[in-house]
Amino acid sequence: MNAHLANDIANEIANLSLSRRGFLRGLAAGSFVLATGIGPARAQEAKEAKKYAGEAMSGGLRDDPRIFLTIEDDGTVSLLCHRAEMGQGVRTSWAMVVADELEAELARVVVAQAPGDEARYGNQNTDGSRSMRHHFQALRRIGAAARRMLEEEAAARWNVPVAQVRGERHEVVHAASGRRLGFGALARGAAQRPVPAADALVFKTPAQFRYIGRDGIGLVDNLDITTGKAVYGADARIEGMAYAVVARPPVYGGKLKRYDASRAVRVPGVLQVVVIDPTPIPSAFQPLGGVAVIAENTYAAIKGRSLLDIEWDDGPNAGYDSARYRETLEAAAGQPGKVVRNNGDADAAMARAARRVDATYYIPHLAQAPMEPPTATARVTAELCEVWCSVQAPEAIRSDLSKRFKLPLDKVVVHPLLLGGGFGRKSKPDFASEAAILSRAMNGRPVKLMFTREDDLQNGFLHTVSVERLQAGLDAQGRAQAWLHRTVAPTIQSIFMPGAKQEGAFELAMGAVDMPFAIPDVRVENPAAEAHTRLGWFRSVSNIPHAFAVQSFAAELAAAAGRDPRDYLLELLGPDRVIDPASMSDAWLYGEDPKRYAYDTARLRGVIERVAQEAGWGRSLPPGHGLGIAAHRSFVTYAAVVVEVAVGARGKLTIPRVDIALDCGAVINPDRVRAQLEGAVIQGISLATVGEISFKAGRVEQSNFHNYPVTRIGAAPKQIHTHLVTPTGFDAPLGGVGEPGLPPVAPALANAIFAATGKRIRRLPIGDQLA
Amino acid sequence: MTTFTVNGSAHRHDGDPEMPLLWYLRDLAGLTGTKYGCGAGLCGTCTVLVDGQAARACLLPVGQLGGRAITTIEGLSADGMHPVQVAWRELNVAQCGYCQAGQIMQAAALLAKTPRPSDADIDAAMSGNLCRCGTYPRIRAAILRAAEGAKS
Ligand code: FES
Ligand code: FES
Repeated sequence: MNAHLANDIANEIANLSLSRRGFLRGLAAGSFVLATGIGPARAQEAKEAKKYAGEAMSGGLRDDPRIFLTIEDDGTVSLLCHRAEMGQGVRTSWAMVVADELEAELARVVVAQAPGDEARYGNQNTDGSRSMRHHFQALRRIGAAARRMLEEEAAARWNVPVAQVRGERHEVVHAASGRRLGFGALARGAAQRPVPAADALVFKTPAQFRYIGRDGIGLVDNLDITTGKAVYGADARIEGMAYAVVARPPVYGGKLKRYDASRAVRVPGVLQVVVIDPTPIPSAFQPLGGVAVIAENTYAAIKGRSLLDIEWDDGPNAGYDSARYRETLEAAAGQPGKVVRNNGDADAAMARAARRVDATYYIPHLAQAPMEPPTATARVTAELCEVWCSVQAPEAIRSDLSKRFKLPLDKVVVHPLLLGGGFGRKSKPDFASEAAILSRAMNGRPVKLMFTREDDLQNGFLHTVSVERLQAGLDAQGRAQAWLHRTVAPTIQSIFMPGAKQEGAFELAMGAVDMPFAIPDVRVENPAAEAHTRLGWFRSVSNIPHAFAVQSFAAELAAAAGRDPRDYLLELLGPDRVIDPASMSDAWLYGEDPKRYAYDTARLRGVIERVAQEAGWGRSLPPGHGLGIAAHRSFVTYAAVVVEVAVGARGKLTIPRVDIALDCGAVINPDRVRAQLEGAVIQGISLATVGEISFKAGRVEQSNFHNYPVTRIGAAPKQIHTHLVTPTGFDAPLGGVGEPGLPPVAPALANAIFAATGKRIRRLPIGDQLA
Repeated sequence: MTTFTVNGSAHRHDGDPEMPLLWYLRDLAGLTGTKYGCGAGLCGTCTVLVDGQAARACLLPVGQLGGRAITTIEGLSADGMHPVQVAWRELNVAQCGYCQAGQIMQAAALLAKTPRPSDADIDAAMSGNLCRCGTYPRIRAAILRAAEGAKS
């Protein structure tokens, strides 16, 4: 869900707000903090011309403990989390890091959610698998600085050198005299002390960590989630609120022609019918427009909407038919396209090859379908706009609404609530805009706007559709000498730029141009493709089609060469080396420094070997079973998967076991890393086996989970084994965790099916292709 | 008018008898622990107990609930210590957590009837409850853990 482009746009907007200071909301007023200053400038980093990672994001990165920490007199530590919680566990993992360096007891740390305010908190766009990757060191600084301030306060009170005292388990201790004072008792004084400079901080050593890297840490939201008290975006309850659903144009770019609401308004409880103006395409993250029904409860709103009589003008995408469009994409893949990576002369190498292999893969549109559909509640008066919602990027909606209602930023307050899943859908805050428009139309009465599941599938921001054509030339020994990849997919940029037809660097560098194989002659092309629906980020984004094609094709080459797929994959990868980014076109690297995060093929080999060993690669299997392997780097993390399938009578597919190995650098919260991998495996299986959104006459054909199925418990593997390849030490750059597990799953599954049956799956979803 | 109980308290509904229990709970009673996911009986996020049986609140018109005893996630236990809730926390089952109220209610109903469920029992009982985050392996493990916990 890397919203790099969206982020650029958000950057621009956020820059407008940099001169403003928000103030702390949503946190009990504590004694420790409440200064409004922005942390000490990180002078050294500011000097570097080109910025990467968190420093390069709009709003940048903050590490001032006074912004994020409060310590109450009773010692309770409040940590303000400014990234969205959507199941990745950020609230728990961040608390672990800060508590550890602070020497706080995790049980005495509560986590509050920061409002949208990037000028104060730094970047808040939760996306791109980077919350921990960007913030780990900053969180350590926050904890260590606060500990130091508490230590200084204690030392001053005892009149001893600060070097003689030590923060330890929620107290500061003077070992020589046996004196100790709790954090709560020290908090008020400590808060008055200057924040120590970053280079004066003393960090714990990994051996001293009590939480970082440790397993078995309970989620901070566990009790609320298991007792129904957790408050998601859909659960906001604002005094006097009304409830709304919107009938939106069924075709992207369509408009309302005429409507008759006379039956709708007769439904008891229906209050008002409001027309929302359409946003001309490309509509970015703005509402599609349509007819809203506002009622005293959700049921009346839905019933009222079902009684609307509406005629739409379908607009330019009325003819979109995804089956026909597949042929268009395939035809494009048959023709040369824009060259996006070129090493040597792939044509000449192909011409002299002993053997050529050619395969075309198809990956359909997908909907993120988080279990909580987009929902937002807004209260908009002439002076103040407030929104309660589950969004991945609270600042984006804040600046949007500030413009829309011509209110200064500090009059737009966004309260992020828990996300019932995001997967990229909730980085687009269109639904919060709709809620705000409707509240304004109701003269400031709060309105909760809900997408029904049908709306979520039919008016979403879908994963793109793509055709990936791979050609390779093999020498007489079956070694790959030439590689030609044509990737054809409408680009997400099409929702921002009229007529955008080429994949952006942020899409191509998700597994197409950053193909790591040691093949001398390589060309990657991107033939043009036009978008006919609203696209958006889906967990792992373009890595899904690229990894599916490249890693399926690697196994096809192994079969053509008569080799074991794992051995052949390792050979394709070639000798261990750090690949010069420029040789892969040096385009884009998830916002990271291409040198610091250069592609290290030894790490990909490491996860391949680990997963193969753990999965018992080469073991003898019952008839009808097969093992498949695939590996992929994304979000600067290395992942490899082995899937075991069993294909029974009439092609019945079961997946008894999946092994997945991950090298994301240091592992901060192993339990949540494993959880993300388990989830990635199941979501990967879901999209590979059953996930498809299709179009006829410009309209999505699916409407709910009966025809957009999602993997259920019975079809999920009974065994998922996660293997974390962890370096020693915590100083090496971190990789992402939320997304990188997903891309290798579908190709490993397809490769396993080939091993079991000899049938090669080149089109997703697998559906009934095995029947 | 329909009267019934929710988590032991008396409730009365005078409005549209067709209103699904889900919206009664969430919008009228303010019990937002029970979630919407599909509105069509396809996802299980709205699962509650009706006289102890798991049921989809999105499909139950309030008008048909006269005399029934409804239990929602908020009322499954007084203190969050139902064995299923405990096991869910011990194994950190939740990711986003949105589906988990429904999963927990469904699991509680399963264990009430089948204290020692097999894998097949779990598949059968839980197959109506979707989890888009993919927490199924831990759901299965937590049900088995709760079954053990309840026994010992
Ligand atoms: S909301 Fe009731 S089953 Fe999905
Ligand atoms: S935990 Fe997110 S949907 Fe189940």
